[in-house]
Amino acid sequence: MSLSEKEIELVDEFAIYDDWMDKYEYIIELGKDLPLIDEAHKIDENIIKGCQSTVWLHAVYKDGKVVFTGDADAIIVKGLVAILVRALSEEEPDAIINNELEFVKEIGLQEHLSPTRSNGVLAMIKQMKMYALGFKMKNA
Amino acid sequence: MQVTHFDVESLRKDFPLLNISQGKNPYVYFDNGATSQKPQVVIDRLKQYYDQENANVHRGVHQLSQISTDNFEESRRIVRRFLNAEYDHEIIFTAGTTNGINLVATSFGTMLSEGDEILISELEHHSNIVPWQMLAHDKNLVLKYIPINNKGEWILDDISDLITDKTKLIAVSHVSNSLGTINPVEKIIEEGKKFGAKILVDGAQAIQHFKVDVQKLDCDFYVFSGHKVFGPTGTGILYGKESVLNAMPPYQGGGDMIKTVSMSGTVYNELPHKFEAGTPNIAGVIGLGVAIEWFMSIDTEAVAAHENDLLVYAHEKLSEIEGIKIYGTSDKKCSLISFLVGDLHPYDVGTLLNQQGVAVRTGHHCTQPVMEYYGIPGTIRASFSLYNTKEEVDYFIKALKRAIRMLS
Repeated sequence: MSLSEKEIELVDEFAIYDDWMDKYEYIIELGKDLPLIDEAHKIDENIIKGCQSTVWLHAVYKDGKVVFTGDADAIIVKGLVAILVRALSEEEPDAIINNELEFVKEIGLQEHLSPTRSNGVLAMIKQMKMYALGFKMKNA
Repeated sequence: MQVTHFDVESLRKDFPLLNISQGKNPYVYFDNGATSQKPQVVIDRLKQYYDQENANVHRGVHQLSQISTDNFEESRRIVRRFLNAEYDHEIIFTAGTTNGINLVATSFGTMLSEGDEILISELEHHSNIVPWQMLAHDKNLVLKYIPINNKGEWILDDISDLITDKTKLIAVSHVSNSLGTINPVEKIIEEGKKFGAKILVDGAQAIQHFKVDVQKLDCDFYVFSGHKVFGPTGTGILYGKESVLNAMPPYQGGGDMIKTVSMSGTVYNELPHKFEAGTPNIAGVIGLGVAIEWFMSIDTEAVAAHENDLLVYAHEKLSEIEGIKIYGTSDKKCSLISFLVGDLHPYDVGTLLNQQGVAVRTGHHCTQPVMEYYGIPGTIRASFSLYNTKEEVDYFIKALKRAIRMLS
């Protein structure tokens, strides 16, 4: 599935819920289903600290694609991590670097990406792009 | 004695923001510890100032400047009455509590020397910790902390070790912002005085809940924020005893704080202007005066009783929920409750409460040493004001239960 197909799928999954509490219910569900980061990678170097919650992000480069795993201490943040990992993992570096995250806005979750929310999600996106850029440079 | 009926419903009508709703839900504002809502009279006064009176203060011979100056100075008189300070010029306008504390740390700090001691407590807000740490670092001072017990109260058993003849300043909160404890500042002032220490009381979480009389307290400084007591943001008060303020050097240089300036030097102005360099927040200060007059028109005892009712009621309702742990369990508390539910993350609970129209604060509340004491990263804090109701507490509990169901 291409990145844009994954984006459409995510937007569609959320579109069936009218009520915001139901959307959150789904985010929580996604958070619970998130394949956890390997405990060995839950180390300080992989921590992205928000003021209110902590996110862990790990990345490896495999067959020209970046594979992300992540975790968070707050379940809603974990759900947001799950959404981002699902969309951006197993993509080529350029696709990750150039993605504008329009799908997050379409779902209506952009408020969670505000720097003022201090939940670590925005910092996580930056870190994902940094990893992609790093792998691209290393393998250029 | 005449008992004033405290009519919360009619009081709520004074606050436009309390009458909005979020979609089909009511909007329940329980983040009063962060800032209070503003009554219509304050909002109107700001508009009136900019519509009809805007001019700089203490400078112009023209009529507008005189009106502006008169109204600005009237606020100082209102605040003096509010705190029962001895003189108007003991009231210094600041940008807020943080600004007031930094003013004292910077100015009073110049009078301290290596080895001198400052005493604060483990309960303090970061703004009453960091300025003293910076000062202690710069001047090689010793910073001591009053420890706390499990209820969130000061432990004063070893007070003779904490306050010595080296103690030059004691800076403590009247009420803890993260736990709600009303601290026995009277006791610490009495002990401090024996050693000639000056005492600063941070009243940011106290002044909107009960009557404060600075002469009765006999503290040297009392600081608070205007926006937490129904006034505009960017306003604050530093009360200082005349003799102490007179002994201190100015904080910032600029206009208004001088008498004469020449190339060879400057003669500073007298109190209060010595500490009010530059154009002040004129509209804000005038609005603050109106806010405090509005607050003074309400029976303080009735406010305290109503807020205590809310606290007791919320405490009782919260305690019925499985897995709730309340932090800050002193018998003497202001109307705020810090809590956690089982191992649920405060961010998750706060986010789902927000989705249901309930505003609470989550996190460490700028009191990381308190969180460290309890070994937790943060709490959920519901803080009540005089305009909150039991019905709102009921809605909050209902919303909280739904959040817990979703997260468990």
